[in-house]
Amino acid sequence: MAEKTPLYETHLKYGGKIVEFGGWLLPVQYGGIIAEHRAVREKAGLFDVSHMGEVTVKGPDALAYLQKVVTNDVAKMSDNQVQYSPMCYPDGGTVDDLLIYRYGPEDYLLVINAANIAKDWDWLRDNGAGFDVKLANLSAETAQLALQGPAAQAIMAKLTGAPVGKLGYYWFLPAAEVAGRRVMISRTGYTGEDGFELYCRPEDAAYLWETVMEAGTPLGLAPAGLGCRDTLRFEACMPLYGHELSPEISPVEAGLTRFVRPEKGDFNGRPVLAAQLEAGPLRKIAGFALTERGVARAEYPVLADGRRIGTVTTGSYAPTLDKNLGMALVEAAYAKPGTGIAVEIRGKAVAAEIIPRPFYKREGK
Amino acid sequence: MNNPQELKYSREHEWVRVEGNRATVGITDFAQHQLGDVVFVEVPTVGLAVTAGQKFSVVESVKAVSDIYTPLSGTVVAVNDALNDTPEKINEEPYGAGWIAVIEMSNPGELDALLDAAGYEKFAAEGGH
Repeated sequence: MAEKTPLYETHLKYGGKIVEFGGWLLPVQYGGIIAEHRAVREKAGLFDVSHMGEVTVKGPDALAYLQKVVTNDVAKMSDNQVQYSPMCYPDGGTVDDLLIYRYGPEDYLLVINAANIAKDWDWLRDNGAGFDVKLANLSAETAQLALQGPAAQAIMAKLTGAPVGKLGYYWFLPAAEVAGRRVMISRTGYTGEDGFELYCRPEDAAYLWETVMEAGTPLGLAPAGLGCRDTLRFEACMPLYGHELSPEISPVEAGLTRFVRPEKGDFNGRPVLAAQLEAGPLRKIAGFALTERGVARAEYPVLADGRRIGTVTTGSYAPTLDKNLGMALVEAAYAKPGTGIAVEIRGKAVAAEIIPRPFYKREGK
Repeated sequence: MNNPQELKYSREHEWVRVEGNRATVGITDFAQHQLGDVVFVEVPTVGLAVTAGQKFSVVESVKAVSDIYTPLSGTVVAVNDALNDTPEKINEEPYGAGWIAVIEMSNPGELDALLDAAGYEKFAAEGGH
């Protein structure tokens, strides 16, 4: 039975078309995916991301523990900073990718993918042996809104006296008030745009949604669903777990090399990942554009030189660029921009060319 | 939902406009709403011989790939090539500029198996399955 977020009724009120996603009932769209995509790129969009999981890590060994379970260097973090990191198995395959929030040297919050909450929780607990840390799964007690787009800061400024304008990308305010409710605000997101994510109590979520919509509507804010969340992150070439990352795909293969730090010391997967960094991985995630008509989709075969050289991980029409693009895991020799490949669509080889990633980058970033 | 009275409808959500022995086929307003933003259409080729119930076109929205089935048997005599550049016409004018193909019918008796507008509206209102 799929779960409802605290905003389920709100989505129905706003005309959300509900689908099941990772065990949750969430809106795929309200007005239309392309219109919502454009709203986020040009003005702002408001997403319900309450399905995401939250796990706190506290205790004297919190840092040492996190250094073991994730691939990025957590020791580099300051208080109130956010860090993106993959989390790997000993064989280098990916357990999940997550955001780490540092409240203090012994106090962290991990934000994990909704579909992976149970798996991650087990993995995190199993890895806790020998460390003086206390883990708590706060997923059910935390709701989350994502306000994304160039107008996001102006909208936030209408709702809070907190210094959101000074908040740097990947930094957070641990305790702010938005419209009188206590929230944690981070300057993070998954769209390639500027934006904020608001973590709140479930009982405050609907009130905050309405308040943000009221403040933002005059500035072009639109409610935004999972459909455009995917097309937005795809244009920005942000990985999606289960597509660009999985137990079979390492973060080095996914091109996330700057989030893998063997120099920090031992961690799960280090030998495999360090070797991949050193020699270069055998397979790589590459971006491509179809040069003939068609839409590439996940799982479609990628062909070159008369044989299969990889698989599409995400493919879609890219609304901002008005092109049919994709990402694929291919043999490393074929991952260079300019390389001619083909994607097998309904039994037919459709010509494509490897292009640089990301496909979309906002100005000034 | 606005389904023209003069058309016939299939349970696969295609509409049919009959003129003499020729039938223009497209997808219904209900179907285009279900699909969402259409970004690609693969139209059949002129001259293709088709059998009722056979897949003869593909319509892709941002999130989904949908096979389109011909409700009638015959030969494809015209296709809407404009959909190559403006697939969104399926959303904007499903019963007009969003038409997909014209079929020269080989068995007009198959029209009897299709629904009228009222019958289709009832079918779609019940979920369309």
